[in-house]
Amino acid sequence: MSFQPVKFYQTGTYTVGNRLLAADNSSVQSDTTRSNSINSGHRACQGCGEALGARYAIDAAMAESKGQVIAANATGCLEVFSTPYPESSWQVPWIHSLFGNAPAVATGIAAAMKVKGRHDVRIVAQGGDGGTTDIGFGCLSGMFERNDDVLYICYDNEAYMNTGVQRSSATPPAARTATTMPVGPEPGNVFGQGKNVPEIAMAHGIPYVATATVADLRDLEYKVRKAINIRGAKYIHIFVPCPLGWGTASHDTIRMARLAKETGMFPVFEAEHGEITSVSKIRHKLPVEDYLKPQKRFAHLFGKRAHPETVARIQAIADRHIRKYGLWDGEEN
Amino acid sequence: MLKQTEGSKAVAESIALCRPEVICAYPISPQTHIVEALGEMVKSRTLTPCEYINVESEFAAMSVAIGASAAGARSYTATASQGLLFMVEAVYNASGLGLPIVMTVANRAIGAPINIWNDHSDSLSQRDSGWMQLFAETNQEAVDLHIQAFRLAEELSMPIMVCMDGFILTHAFERVDIPSQEQVDGFLPPYEPRQVLDPVEPISIGAMVGPEAFMEVRYLAHAKQMQALERIPQLAAEFKQQFGRDSGGLVRPYFTEDAETIIIAMGSVLGTIKDTVDEMRAEGHKIGVLGIISYRPFPLEQVRAALINCKRFVVLEKSLAVGLGGIVATDVRMAVTGTGLRGFTAIAGLGGRPIPKSSLHKLFREAEQETLAPVTFVDLDHDAVNKQLERERQTRRSGPIAENILYDKGIASAAKFG
Repeated sequence: MSFQPVKFYQTGTYTVGNRLLAADNSSVQSDTTRSNSINSGHRACQGCGEALGARYAIDAAMAESKGQVIAANATGCLEVFSTPYPESSWQVPWIHSLFGNAPAVATGIAAAMKVKGRHDVRIVAQGGDGGTTDIGFGCLSGMFERNDDVLYICYDNEAYMNTGVQRSSATPPAARTATTMPVGPEPGNVFGQGKNVPEIAMAHGIPYVATATVADLRDLEYKVRKAINIRGAKYIHIFVPCPLGWGTASHDTIRMARLAKETGMFPVFEAEHGEITSVSKIRHKLPVEDYLKPQKRFAHLFGKRAHPETVARIQAIADRHIRKYGLWDGEEN
Repeated sequence: MLKQTEGSKAVAESIALCRPEVICAYPISPQTHIVEALGEMVKSRTLTPCEYINVESEFAAMSVAIGASAAGARSYTATASQGLLFMVEAVYNASGLGLPIVMTVANRAIGAPINIWNDHSDSLSQRDSGWMQLFAETNQEAVDLHIQAFRLAEELSMPIMVCMDGFILTHAFERVDIPSQEQVDGFLPPYEPRQVLDPVEPISIGAMVGPEAFMEVRYLAHAKQMQALERIPQLAAEFKQQFGRDSGGLVRPYFTEDAETIIIAMGSVLGTIKDTVDEMRAEGHKIGVLGIISYRPFPLEQVRAALINCKRFVVLEKSLAVGLGGIVATDVRMAVTGTGLRGFTAIAGLGGRPIPKSSLHKLFREAEQETLAPVTFVDLDHDAVNKQLERERQTRRSGPIAENILYDKGIASAAKFG
């Protein structure tokens, strides 16, 4: 691919991050030779966590593989906003086939590269939570089980946003979606058993599983770069707030992701061959209310007809995460 | 090389000679022996370089083939029946993306009731999927059609199903001439993709397309199949020149020139039909046969030309357009539009029901007399059907249909359901 250096016009600001650091310490995004895998001009909403996460992830994959990435994409927001015909934001070879088959398409690409001796080419498959935890789950498990040489990235915004915010198996309890309305005695999404796909990935014993959020983009870059160098199946689950679906301000995307981590709602960790190898600790432990209150999808839990017992159940989930993953080293309060 | 071998084994050898680079395997009867044989060849490195992937479903099988084909690898899979239906979304996707995947369909009925035996319901359900469909009459033709299919698919960059009757062909041991590697290499050049995922030259494949371009993309699939109508006979002629035998083509006429009655069919049943016609010809009947090899694209002109001088025709098909009659018959009638020809539809062999010569003799004679109903169900047990209909009139909770029919026919002696 031809090289187009990025021009930073707003020098002296924090717009593009820490580019004054030494090269080995600086982020991929701050590098003027970053690949801009998802180029500007795409049609994601303002403050889209998925667009941000995908940009960092694929640019990191490109940097680590020296530009040798092929991406497969499930149907969903990322696919739709990046490739309305005849435009494409992708500057990497990219294929969209179906909603539920991105892992299998990636397996096919990996097989083709192997048979052609293109061992330098790294395959990334990506999808939203619907495409990953629901409709593409069978193909995902198959790809894991065979240990195909694919990095699968799930951008989790906790519902089917592309079709208009319907519940997925990644939607948290009590959340309002178009199919779990905040009406009746138990408003919002049900308290199911949850479907922890990072843990399910770990149960396959694949070489690498990690979670990340768009609140810590250096951590996200590090995990993608690490995964790219591992042969076999890799899974990274990225927490990407959705202003549209969550009813949050566009400028609060990163804040929401940070709050999810700091409240224990979204544990950030790494695992290798089914064993947890690192955990991102909570720095300032916060009650789940701090995370829930700014989101309109949880508005029915507060105010006049509040549901404090529901908030308590959600707090219990966060507490379980904190205990289970050892997310908090401070004193219990 | 001449061999006495199983149809599936012969097809597997043929596929291997085509040098596939990625094979996706998921077991479903009656195609399983094909991918089993290929798996052994890849594992033993007699077929190399080739990646053989045991997928978790047919949906994944077609999806892996899509990824591999888009990345420039010659890709193959095989399926049947429920498996084909399970991968349907990806089947349409492969043709929509213009990926020249070749897939064997070991034709088998679709449940419920679950049934493993042969009819053509599975691949015919994918009539409009954008895949070409070639039907083999014999195991030799199945072997040869696969070689032609890779060539045609890759020339047009469109996928092809090679259809062979489940069990009747896949599991039959008969004499097959397996070509040499040199012969196949001389006929089938290496795959040169029209589009390929490659970091050297990044492209986007599978973008969202709105009303401004969707029709053109779909029309192109049609245009490709119209091109195939010209290429299929040319490839069959070239194949004959290089391999020394007739295989493939659009249609295969048999004593049609002077025939007053012409029987039209696809697949292995053509053998039984030809035997019956031979016997009737010996008795002086002016009867002929038209085998359809290319079901998609459908050779309207060639069918019309073959039928134009007859008085009547019977489409004998192993498929049923429920609520209408025949699936193939509908296409044949379109081919003879305006000719005033008398056409009959005979539905036969569903779910593996045998189609014996005795039944065909009776059917063809009734056709000659024009006493056939427009749609005839060959060897249907009307008593059993009527009993069930009566039961449903009598009792609201009449119970499961298939179990009742088995009971009525004395096949199931267990306690009656319902």
